[in-house]
Amino acid sequence: MTPPRVGFFVTCLVDLFRPTVGFAAIKLLEDAGCVVEVPELQTCCGQPAYNSGDRASAQTIARRVINAFEGFDYVVAPSGSCGGMMAKHFPALLAGDPVWTARAASHARRSFELVSFLVDVMRLTRVAARFPATVTYHDSCSGLRELNVHDQPRKLLATVAGLTLRELPRADVCCGFGGTFCVKYPEVSTKIVAQKADDVVGTGADTLLAGDMGCLLNMAGRLSRQGARVKVRHVAEVLAGMTDRPAIGQGEAD
Amino acid sequence: MASVSGSTAHAFRANTRAAIASPELQAGLARLQQGLTAERRMRGVVKLPEFERLRDAARDIKNHTLAHLDHYLAAYERAVVAGGGHVHWCETAADARQTILAICRRLGAATVTKGKTMIAEEIDLNEFLAAEGIEPIETDLGEYIVQLAGERPSHIIAPAVHKSKDQVSDLFFHHHQKYGKTRRLTEPPEMIDEVRGILRDRFLDADVGITGANFLVAETGSSLIVTNEGNGDLTQTLPKAHIVLATLEKLVPTLEDVATLLRVLARSGTGQEFSAYTTVSTGPRREGDADGPGEYHVVLLDNGRSRMLAGEFREMLRCIRCGACMNQCPVFAHVGGHAYGWVYVGPMGAVLTPHLIGLEEAHHLPSASTFCGACESVCPVKIPLPALMRHLREAAFEARLPPAAERSALGLWRFAATRPGLWRLLGAAGARLLARMGGAQARLRRLPLAGGWTSGRDLPAPEGETFHTLWRQRGRR
Repeated sequence: MTPPRVGFFVTCLVDLFRPTVGFAAIKLLEDAGCVVEVPELQTCCGQPAYNSGDRASAQTIARRVINAFEGFDYVVAPSGSCGGMMAKHFPALLAGDPVWTARAASHARRSFELVSFLVDVMRLTRVAARFPATVTYHDSCSGLRELNVHDQPRKLLATVAGLTLRELPRADVCCGFGGTFCVKYPEVSTKIVAQKADDVVGTGADTLLAGDMGCLLNMAGRLSRQGARVKVRHVAEVLAGMTDRPAIGQGEAD
Repeated sequence: MASVSGSTAHAFRANTRAAIASPELQAGLARLQQGLTAERRMRGVVKLPEFERLRDAARDIKNHTLAHLDHYLAAYERAVVAGGGHVHWCETAADARQTILAICRRLGAATVTKGKTMIAEEIDLNEFLAAEGIEPIETDLGEYIVQLAGERPSHIIAPAVHKSKDQVSDLFFHHHQKYGKTRRLTEPPEMIDEVRGILRDRFLDADVGITGANFLVAETGSSLIVTNEGNGDLTQTLPKAHIVLATLEKLVPTLEDVATLLRVLARSGTGQEFSAYTTVSTGPRREGDADGPGEYHVVLLDNGRSRMLAGEFREMLRCIRCGACMNQCPVFAHVGGHAYGWVYVGPMGAVLTPHLIGLEEAHHLPSASTFCGACESVCPVKIPLPALMRHLREAAFEARLPPAAERSALGLWRFAATRPGLWRLLGAAGARLLARMGGAQARLRRLPLAGGWTSGRDLPAPEGETFHTLWRQRGRR
C-alpha cells in the first residue's frame, strides 16, 4: 500500500511562536507511516477575516489554501481551530460558487486535526514517548465541538510512559481566547482565562496540555501572570517525545 | 440610529468592565454557574436517552410551523374566536401598547398583574402603563424584585440572579413599608412569605392580568405558559380580562407538538424534568366554569419577526427561550445579562437584539463571542447561534460599524497573507524581535500596541526562528 501523502498545514501561531510543535507533528505523522510535505504557498487559514465579518477576504484566502493543498491525500493541522476552519467552514464560505463548491468540499473531506487524524485515520493506538509528569488536558472548543476531538488525545496520552492524566474540571469550557476576541474584549477574555487558570492550578498537575496554540498561549500567559508554576505544552510535543525545549513562555532558567 | 431608548448595547465594553468590577454581580453569577450550568442540565438530559432525537423533533416542529406560519396563524385566530376570545394583530411595539391600553381603559383598570413576559420587556410595557396611570405589578418573584429595583431582568429565566440576598432584603424593607411591613427580613423563607402575602391582595384587586406565552396552539386556540411559582395561574384566572401578549413565532400546530417541546424546554433551561406549573388557557370563562377571566385577548405582535422570517435569520425564530445558551456561555458567565444592554441577553440576545433595535446600536453583541460553540451544542431547537452571529458580523463589516483601526489591521493582514514571500519575511522578523524582547524569561509582560493582551496576561515569547525558516534550513520541502 502506498503511504498516504499528507500536506502539513503549519498554522500561523505554530510557525511564529512554537516551531517545535510543527516538527513534533511531522514526526508523529511520519512515524505513523505518512509522507509529509509542507506546501510553500500556505500562509493562514483565513479565520481572522472570517470571524471579523470580512467574508470577501476570507474567501480569497480559502481559495489560496485549497490551491496550495491540491493533490494531497490529506491536509493535517496541529490545531482544531484551523482544522475546523478547513473541514467545516470552507464549504460554507465558498458555497454557491460553481467551481469552488466542489473543490472546497474535497478539501474539507481531506482536512483533519492532527491527533484525531492519527487515531481515527491512521489507526494509531500508541506512541513511544516518555514524559514522567502529572498532566491535565484542556479541550479546545473548535476541536471538541466541530471535529469531535476528545477521546483521541486521551487514548494516546494513556500510552506515554510515566505520564499521569488528571482530568481538568470544566475542561470543555472555553479558555477565553477566541482569536481576535481576546484583544477586542480583553477584560472579558482575561476574566474567562483567569478562571481557567484557577481550575488548572486546582488540579495540582505540573503540566497543562492542549491541542491549539491560541488557547495554549492564552492559558500559559495567564498562568505565568498569576505566578503559577504550571508548565504548558502542545499535546503533540509530549506525544512525539520532543519535550527538551522549555515549556511555552518559560526560559531556560525557569 | 443615534441611540435607542433604554438600550446601552452600544456601550457593551464599558458595561462589561462595570460588570466585572461588581462584587455583588460576580457573586450572583457564581451562584448561577452552580445552579444552572452544565451538570444540572446534564442531570435532566441523562435520564432521557432519546434527548438528541427530541432535539431534532423540536427543531422540525418549529421549522414546519415557520414554513407555514400564515396557515397556522389563521387557524389559531379562528380557534381563539370560536372560543370567545379576541385576537389583536399588532405590527409594532407601539401598536401593542395602545391595544393593551385600550382594553385596560375600557375596563377602568387601575392595576394590572403580570406573569413573566419578555415581550412586555421588549415593548417597555410597564413604563408605558405607569405613565398612563395604570399600575403594573410583576408577580414572578424575580420580576417583582427587578421591578422594585427599577431594572431589567438580567437572565430570561432567572431575572434577578444578579441581586444578592442582602440587596433583595433592602428592596423589600424599603418598598414594603407602604403595606405596613416595617420589619427588615433577612431569611429567604420569611422574605418570600411576605411577598406572597402582598401579592395575594394584588392578585385579588387586579382588573387585568397580562401573561406571555411559551406556546400558542393553532389547533385549539390555547396559550400555554410554564412557571415554577404558579403566579401565572392567578394572573390569568382572577381578573376581569386576561391578555396574552405574544409574538408570531410562538405558534405551534398542536398540543401534541407542545408536549414534545416541553420535554426539551425545562431540561435545557433549569435541568428540571418539567416546570412546576404548566398552564393552558383557552378563552374566557364559559357558563358553568368555576372561575376564569371575563374576557380573553391575544395581542399578537410582529415587531420585526416577519422580516426575520423572510431571510437568513429565520432559524432564530425557533427559539423557545429556555436560557440554555446563556447558562453555558463563557462570556455571559462572567459579565451577566445587563452588560448586553437591552432585553435579550447571552447568545440568543446577541442574535435577536440587532434585529429589534438595529445593528448600529447592537453590533458589539454578536462580536463579543469566542465562537466556542457551547450555545449551539445545548440549544434544544438546534439554532446555529455562532453562524448567525457571524452573519451579523458580516453585515456590520459591510456597514463599516467596527472601528477603522480594525479594518486597517485586517487590510494589512490580507495584503501579507496573500503574499507568501512577504508573509515569511514578516513572520521571521517578528518572531526574532519578540524572542529578543522576551529575554531569558521567554515572556513579555508588556508589549506596545498589544495592551489588550498584556493587560491581563503575559505574552509567551516565540522560540526565535519560524517553523518555515527552520524547515528550509533543514533542506526539507
